Order: sequence, then structure tokens, then C-alpha cells
Amino acid sequence: MKTLLNDRRPLVYCPGCDHANVVQALNRALMQLKLSGNQVVIVTDIGCSGLFDTFYNTHALHGLHGRPLTYATGLKLARPELTVIAVMGDGGMGIGGAHVIASCRRNLDINLLVLNNFNYGMTGGQCSVSTPQQAITSSGFLNQLEQPLDFCKLAETAGASWVGRFLPEEKELAAGISEAVCHHGFSVLEVENVCTGRYARGNPRALREKKEHEHNPLFSGVVSRNERLEYGDGYRRLAAEQPAEEPFTEIAVEQTAAIDDRCEIMLLGAAGQRMNTAGEILCFAAMAAGLQVTRKSDYPITVLRGHSVCEVVCSPQPIRYTGIARPDVILALAPEGVERKRSVFESVKSDCLIIKAADVEIPPSQCRIIEIDFQQQCGITFINRGVAALAVLSCVHPVLNANMFRSGLFYRLKSRQLEMALVTAGRISSWFKENPQ
Amino acid sequence: MSPYFIDGNEAIARAAVEAGCTFFAGYPITPATTIFNHMLKLLPPAGGICLQGEDEIASIGFCLGASMAGRKVMTATSGPGLSLMSEHISFAIGSEIPIVIVNVQRLGPSTGSATKGADGDIQFMRWGNSGGLPVIVLAPVDAGDCYRLTHEAFNLAEQYRCPVFIASNKEIGLTRESVDLGSLELGEKIQRKCAQPFQDYLPFHTADNEMVPDFLPIGGDALVRQTSSSHGPDGYLTVDRQLINSSMDRLLAKLRDGGASLSLHELDNESGAQRLIITYGVTGRAAKEAVERLRAKGVAVSLLVLKTLYPVPEELLRNIIAWFRLVIVIEMNMGQYVREIERIAGNVPVLNYGRMDGVLISPETIVQVVGDEDLAQ
Repeated sequence: MKTLLNDRRPLVYCPGCDHANVVQALNRALMQLKLSGNQVVIVTDIGCSGLFDTFYNTHALHGLHGRPLTYATGLKLARPELTVIAVMGDGGMGIGGAHVIASCRRNLDINLLVLNNFNYGMTGGQCSVSTPQQAITSSGFLNQLEQPLDFCKLAETAGASWVGRFLPEEKELAAGISEAVCHHGFSVLEVENVCTGRYARGNPRALREKKEHEHNPLFSGVVSRNERLEYGDGYRRLAAEQPAEEPFTEIAVEQTAAIDDRCEIMLLGAAGQRMNTAGEILCFAAMAAGLQVTRKSDYPITVLRGHSVCEVVCSPQPIRYTGIARPDVILALAPEGVERKRSVFESVKSDCLIIKAADVEIPPSQCRIIEIDFQQQCGITFINRGVAALAVLSCVHPVLNANMFRSGLFYRLKSRQLEMALVTAGRISSWFKENPQ
Repeated sequence: MSPYFIDGNEAIARAAVEAGCTFFAGYPITPATTIFNHMLKLLPPAGGICLQGEDEIASIGFCLGASMAGRKVMTATSGPGLSLMSEHISFAIGSEIPIVIVNVQRLGPSTGSATKGADGDIQFMRWGNSGGLPVIVLAPVDAGDCYRLTHEAFNLAEQYRCPVFIASNKEIGLTRESVDLGSLELGEKIQRKCAQPFQDYLPFHTADNEMVPDFLPIGGDALVRQTSSSHGPDGYLTVDRQLINSSMDRLLAKLRDGGASLSLHELDNESGAQRLIITYGVTGRAAKEAVERLRAKGVAVSLLVLKTLYPVPEELLRNIIAWFRLVIVIEMNMGQYVREIERIAGNVPVLNYGRMDGVLISPETIVQVVGDEDLAQ
């Protein structure tokens, strides 16, 4: 099998740098696996390890510090047949830690090669997340205060299904890389290097300490407790089971509108009253009569508590401005909503219609007010007030009539919700027959 | 007429899929989250991919990887997320990776107010990258525009191989309205131009009469190199001053010379008017209403609603502004796009009305600002 080394791009590493051995080992591994250059992409970031992609005749993507796993993820999911090898140093492992953890958890078939040389070589030998506390670095005393990170332990804890630690001169390195590449899942292979340019001089014992490690490889392959479905396989299987999204609902115009100008309706309620649903029923109803509509809502981020306000504009003309300053109709259904829009009552138009629940206080006004005790008079519960108030509206205001309302209910609701809404509407309509306004 | 009841965010998601987007990644953030929700329902059953990244940096990183694999890709966020995406936006600009980035703007600065609208990121989208090279920013006014401009955004991203922003706003993204999609005019779908898959493919080489390099996907037969570093045509790092220079010139010129496809706008000109309102985004809706009221009161006024904010349609603006004696720029921020108008307007005075308090600028306010008699002096 042909070498994948790029003969036009000779290695540029410092004399004695272990990275050069890893370049050779990766090439041997890819050759052993009989992979051709166009079946492989090498994804790199910043620092000395970031030069890796240039040494090979493969596809290459060189990007931002700590982010190779993000590009690798997109590439692998878009082209599952590619062998994707991400190369990072200890610098990238620190700055891109979130992506390392997420990749371990995901188990997408990417091979992460970590060239750990215990410091930031390219920027002048500052400490990294893996620098020993006793090491001398150009970060002064700072590394004495931070505990070094063990990448293999991290990867195992985070869920990597293959984890290995090697020394660069080991004969087994190429075999290890080859095994990691063959592993169908996320693999992390750490190579402990000594940075001759920046680290070795201040830390002469580093070389000897590294040798001691050699006889104690803590991680050497498949992590059985993390073995599981590969992410891409799982994704494709679950994706295929998802129901197709429904196309847009097209609204047929089968009713006649009775307004010839813009009409603004404000629904003031509380969480749990389905104010938004009510607003949408109104919109569908208006659209069924050929009107144009806009709907905005306002509620706090704690969706189960507090106000719920919905603002609807209906108009035979195109609606431009979507704001409501002086509504034509206010549905006051809970104190939270009224409180939220208290200022609206100050400048309310005299011909505004207010439909209010009996237990809701509103600021005094000269408007026409229809008050209903939903529970006592019609047996309608708190959560159904939105639909009930629309039913009232359909009896008393030209923006909504009974047929439009029915269309709106059928467009917006299904099965049990629809049945309940029809019952609510029926109760309001009977009450109106007995109590004409 | 085929009316649909949709909000701006759904319109963007649906239009993206229609435009051929098969890869979306995002991180939840109000008010952009529902774009992710819709993409998650739309893409996987159709064979596409929708991912939730561990953060915004990852989300756009996934997209860049997938775009280099040949997919049409999109991400969506709001101001705080856009801040995190900055390094990858720079990457996409400098290394010519097509991507559509939706920014459903919310009130800032910083985390600001999640559920309040604003247009506070206009200059941020243009300049929030290292190197300061140009991007495309399109600004919809309503849900229908979201649909049409998303289609356009994908075309521009493919054609110019660059990031294209959709500058939406909470007030568009989360406002549901009746939309007549049948009446929207959508152009042909454009795919990025591909090179012949020769073994000596140069990923950043452009022919003499071309401004955009031909694309090949990572993973195809010919080897492809992509890099975020300064590069020559071969995609290897270079310090060659001439190579870098010509690459910078080209990245500037490819968008500057885009012509009509890069100056989308709506002009409502009233003959004899001396005042021109320039606005964009959701404020364009209030401005239309204000212009009707002003004309009814006998105030002659014209309105220009810009849909392409960047690259600044300088020639268009220069030509139109020259007809007027006063330009009034209205925007939902403390004065951002007015900076572009001021430098183009020449001797024509430019006034700015801007506000950023989470509330829409109303037609009444615009009538007041523009109708002010003293302005004519």
C-alpha cells in the first residue's frame, strides 16, 4: 500500500520532537488499513499538532483552536463513509473541553488523536490543562495552583468507547492507531510527547518520567462499559422512524367577514388558561372569513405561572404595524393579564368592548362591559375561559360570528380538546339565548 | 390566494428546507429556538440532519464541517449566541464556506431581555468577525419576507460562498400571521459551482473572469484542503504577500460587485416629496402605515425599506437619496445603520430616530418624527 505522506511537505518539527514519530505512526496505521487519501479527512486546530494535516495526501480541514471535533462531527454525519481523524494538542483539549466531553458522550465514529506535550509549545511554553504542578513553565507559578487533567480518565468518564495512551516511540503506536480507527465509535488516543523546544530544558526529568509510564499503560483500547450504538447509526435509525412533518395548513375561505376595518383584540389571562390557543382559534376563524391576521403573545419564562397575554389584529386589509395601543375588544379573564396591561385601560376607546370574568377586577371605564361568572352561570372552568370568552365574542361583536368561530375551532383543535371546546361554546350560546345582552 | 398561518421562525425553517438545506445545527435560545424545533421535525424524516450542539460554537462548527462535505447548511441564534459564533463566522468568511445564519434579534446588550425585540445587532453582524471582510445581511419585515429572503439567502451563500445573515427580530420570528405564500416570487435555486474533480484541484483558485473559487466536497474523489489560516490557491498556509493581497482583494470585490442581486429593497416614491424615510426590518411595517397617514395629512413623503443591509447598496442609496432634501433613518436601536446612510448621503442632511426598549416603534411616532414642520428648515 502506498504511503500517504506528502513528499512536498516535509516535517518541520524541532529536532527531537516526538510529534514526528506520531506522523510516521499515523501513516503506517492508515497504510495497514489500506485506506487511500480520499477516504480519510484529517481535521486539525491550532498549535504544533495543527500542522498535522499538511503532512498527508488526504482531505484536510484546519480550523480554530479546540474546535476540530465540531467540524469532524458535521463531516462524519454528512459523509458517514469517511474516516475522520481529529488531531488536537493539550491546548486544544483545554479550550475545546466542552466538545471533547460532548463527543465522548455522543460516540460518533471519529478518532481523536491527542498529542499531549504538557505545555503550549507554539506560544512560548505556557502551562496547559495537562501540565504537572511541579513543572517549570513560562506561566510562572500559575501551574502550581491547578491540578493537571488526565485526558484518558476524562474520556472514559465522559463515555468514550475506546481510550488508549501511548508513548511516541512505541512500536505499538501504529497498531494502536489502527485499532482506534477500526473501532466503530468515538476513540481517544493520547500520545505523551516531550516538547523539546519549550518544555524539556526546564523539566529535564520529563523524559525519564515518561519512560516510567511506558510500563504502566492505564488505557489500552475498548472501554467495555462504554461500548454501545454508534451515534450516526443510531441517528439514522431513529430519524427514519420519525413521522414526516405535516405541510402547512391551508385555510379555505368559506365564511364571510362582517368588519371592513382593522380590529384589535387583546386577550388578558393567566398561565394555564390557553390564551395563546384562544388567540389562534380567533385567527383561524378570521382567516376562514378571508381576513388577514397577526398574533403576538407575552408570557413570563416560567410558563406555568403568571400572566398570559395574546394580542390579535384582524383586518380585511394587509396588516402592517402589529402593535396594539387602543384595542377594540378586551377579554379580561384573569387578574395577572389585566395587571400586565393596566396601562391599556387608561387610554381605552369609548367604543371598546370589554368581556370580563366576574372575578376579575378592571380599572373603571366608560366602555361597554359584558360580565360573566363563567363557573356559576355556565359551569365553565378556569382553563376554558379563553374559548368561552371567544364564544361570548361570537354572540356580540362583528369580528367573530358563530360560523367563523366553529371553523376556527376545527382548524386549531383536535379530538378531545375540540369536543370540550364545542361543549363550552354550546353552554355560552344557550346562556346568551336565555340572557340576551 | 393560499393563506397560511405561520410565524417568521416557521417560515424560515420551511423555506430553508424548500431551498435544499439538509443540515441544521443550533443551540436553544429565545427567540430563535422554534427554528430549531421546526428543523427537528422537518429534516430527520426527510433524510436530513438536525443537531443540538453543546453550545453555539459547536453548532456552527458542525455546520461548517457539513458545508465542506457539500451540504446546504443553516444555524439560528440570537445576540448572545451570535457572540459565541464569532470565530467561526470569521472562518466561514475567510475560507469561503457557504452558510446561512439566522439571527432572531432580541433586546440587548448582553443577555438583555430574551422575549423583547430589537434590531441591535446590525453592525455586529457586519463587523463581528476578525479581519473585517464583508458579509451579506438580509432583513425581512414579516413572515412572508422570512420565507422569501431565506430562499434568497441560500442562493447568495451558494453563489458567493460566504456566510449570509438573516436579520430577523423577535417581533417577526414569534409573530404568527396570515401569509399568502402563493404570491411570493422565488427565484431559481442556485447550487454552488463545482470544479471538475481533477486530482490537482486547487481549492481556492479562481479563473481570470471569476470571483468565487469552484467547490469540491471533502470526501469526494479529488483531495480537498480547507484551512482557517491565510492560504494560497492550494489551500496551504502562505506568507506570500502577493497571494494574501490578491485573496483579500477578491474577498472584498466578490460581494462589492454583486450588483442587483445584492440590493433587495422596496421603494414607495411619491413624486414631489422632499423627505425620504429609510428603514428596515419590522419597523418597515409601521413606516408603511405612517407614510399613508402622512400623505392623508398632505405631507409628501417617500419610503425606502431596505432588505439587503450588507453589502450596503451604495449606488442605489446614492441615486435615490439625491432626489430628496432630507433623509430620516428610523431603526429599532440607538443608531446603527444611519452610519452607512450618513456616509453616502453627501450634502443631503440625515436625521436618525432610534429606540431600543423592547417596544415596537409605532406609526404615530414615525408620523410625529417625519411630519415635524421644523424639519423642513
